[in-house]
Amino acid sequence: MPTSSKTTETSVHLADTHLTDKEIQSLAQKANEIRISIIEALVEAGSGHTAGPLGMADVFTYLYFHELRHDPKNPDWPERDRLVLSNGHICPVLYASMAHAGYFGTDGVEKFTKSLRKYGSIFQGHPHREYMPALETSSGPLGSGLSQALGMALAERIDAGRSYKKWFWCMLGDGELNEGNNWEAAMLAGKEKIGNLIAIVDRNNIQIDGFTEDIMPLEPLSDKWQAFNWHVIEVNGHDFADIHRAVGEAKVEFDKPTIIIANTIPSKGVPDFERKYEWHGKPPNKEEGAMALKVLMELGQKLKRA
Amino acid sequence: MINHAVKLNPKIWDKDVEQVPIRKGFGEGLLAAGEADERVVGLCADLTESTQMHLFAKKFPNRFIEMGVAEQNLVTVASGMAAMGKIPFCSSYAMFSPGRNWEQIRTTICYNDRPVKLVGSHAGVSVGPDGGTHQAIEDLAIMRVLPNMVVLSPCDSIEAKKATLAAAKIKEPVYLRLAREKTPVITTLETPFEIGKAQVFFRSPLQTDKKVGIIGTGGLLHKALVAARDLEAEGIAVTMLNLSTIKPLDEKSIIELAKECGRIVTVEEHQVMGGVGSAVSEVLSQKHPTLMEFVGVKDLFGQSGKPDEIVEHYGMGISHIKEAVRTILKR
Repeated sequence: MPTSSKTTETSVHLADTHLTDKEIQSLAQKANEIRISIIEALVEAGSGHTAGPLGMADVFTYLYFHELRHDPKNPDWPERDRLVLSNGHICPVLYASMAHAGYFGTDGVEKFTKSLRKYGSIFQGHPHREYMPALETSSGPLGSGLSQALGMALAERIDAGRSYKKWFWCMLGDGELNEGNNWEAAMLAGKEKIGNLIAIVDRNNIQIDGFTEDIMPLEPLSDKWQAFNWHVIEVNGHDFADIHRAVGEAKVEFDKPTIIIANTIPSKGVPDFERKYEWHGKPPNKEEGAMALKVLMELGQKLKRA
Repeated sequence: MINHAVKLNPKIWDKDVEQVPIRKGFGEGLLAAGEADERVVGLCADLTESTQMHLFAKKFPNRFIEMGVAEQNLVTVASGMAAMGKIPFCSSYAMFSPGRNWEQIRTTICYNDRPVKLVGSHAGVSVGPDGGTHQAIEDLAIMRVLPNMVVLSPCDSIEAKKATLAAAKIKEPVYLRLAREKTPVITTLETPFEIGKAQVFFRSPLQTDKKVGIIGTGGLLHKALVAARDLEAEGIAVTMLNLSTIKPLDEKSIIELAKECGRIVTVEEHQVMGGVGSAVSEVLSQKHPTLMEFVGVKDLFGQSGKPDEIVEHYGMGISHIKEAVRTILKR
């Protein structure tokens, strides 16, 4: 019987690839800039989701500014890693990360903060490839991203066999795991032993109607994934070193897909919004936005001096 | 009389006309498409032999994925494979795919614009003994309403093979509707097939004011042909169109038929609401208003029985098609 204990005792420590303090500082600064862009965009849009995007800013920053094999100037690069956003409603963090990485030109960040959710914008309320071809998938209705990332990995295995170079990432929400489609995908990925599939679940414990364990309990969540023949790692989703260690561990797993359960604080970075499920699906108003920006900018100053 | 230009099966009126399930043509077509293009992959939800994907699976085991009984995963995994350049064919019974997984098809295939080919076998009430749960009579409606989707409904196994090969070659998502039971082979290898083009299969030479156009699709087409021939003997001139592409609709041929005959009867093994009758009337009511009668299921579920028995019960037999033609002539 698998246990729900963390798998840190089996972690592979790759001492020579530890993030340096300077790298961590740089990532923390970038994540803070991304949070600022998210707040600016949401206030301007007047609608959208706050808690998930802020909570996942560190994980997205790590991926887009350290981990992913990608080329923002050449988004069609065939050898790129694929990142599928399954919980499409947290797209402000995806858009902001891509904008800061240079996907939308030199004024991409400004375009994002000024046009999110507006008529004709590439930054649709939920991701749509027709408007933003650099996206791997369109998403919004929950539960279908993992299957798509798995399909991509299966296609790659037909072409490249098991000596793969590409990695297939799927970003999941925890409330989203209520959807049965995820578990159909989990079963197939376990059966097919797809080692280059890494899913990261935003374990922030909230969903629209309340806390996940009140709405539809997920625990023991690690056990569930282990029972589907996945390699499970739990991390602190705000600790770059911890995220880095988990990704390194995922990448040395050969014949199991990996799920990283990223424990996060919803709305992380703006203490007044943190841990409140009410922030799942609403934007800050002007006053709340100004307060949030002040907090984040002060943090930015501290990070610069650190 | 038969339109000889389309080179139909010369034995079409024989009592012992060859009968082959439409789905068989898909199996052969997929194998041929797989041989022609290595990007073609197959996915099936635990119905590999009965949807006829087993031929492909045997020949190309590395390009076949057994999904288990999981139709939502079937089409979403296919979407991911298409994103990597594959041409996935996903098969199940029409009741389960696209019956169960409509939103996944909408979002991850059509909205995402991925060239996944969905194969819905065992469509219609002629599945027979399995009963109403397994008789998909809404699939054309829920597929044709989706932007980007191409909807094909071949009339026999030979046309199904051509439709499969054609589906593999286009960049759009496709829904291909198949039937379980053996039905008469109507066409030949020489019969033209083109996505988006309807063909006149029957045109009476009678000079009369009693003219009716029949637009038929799928496994009922042979019954519609027999009805057309019998009506000719009664002095009614029928022109019959085989509508094997439901979307994009061949508006030109439909309007021409309406102009030629003045009255239209549609024949489909599907709910009248949302199906071929609706599609045709959407065009005609806007561009050439024409009297219409609909042969199809009238807002009911299916039930168990022998295929022909059930087709008769729901008013889609030869006598019903003829009755619809006589009725419209009185209007």
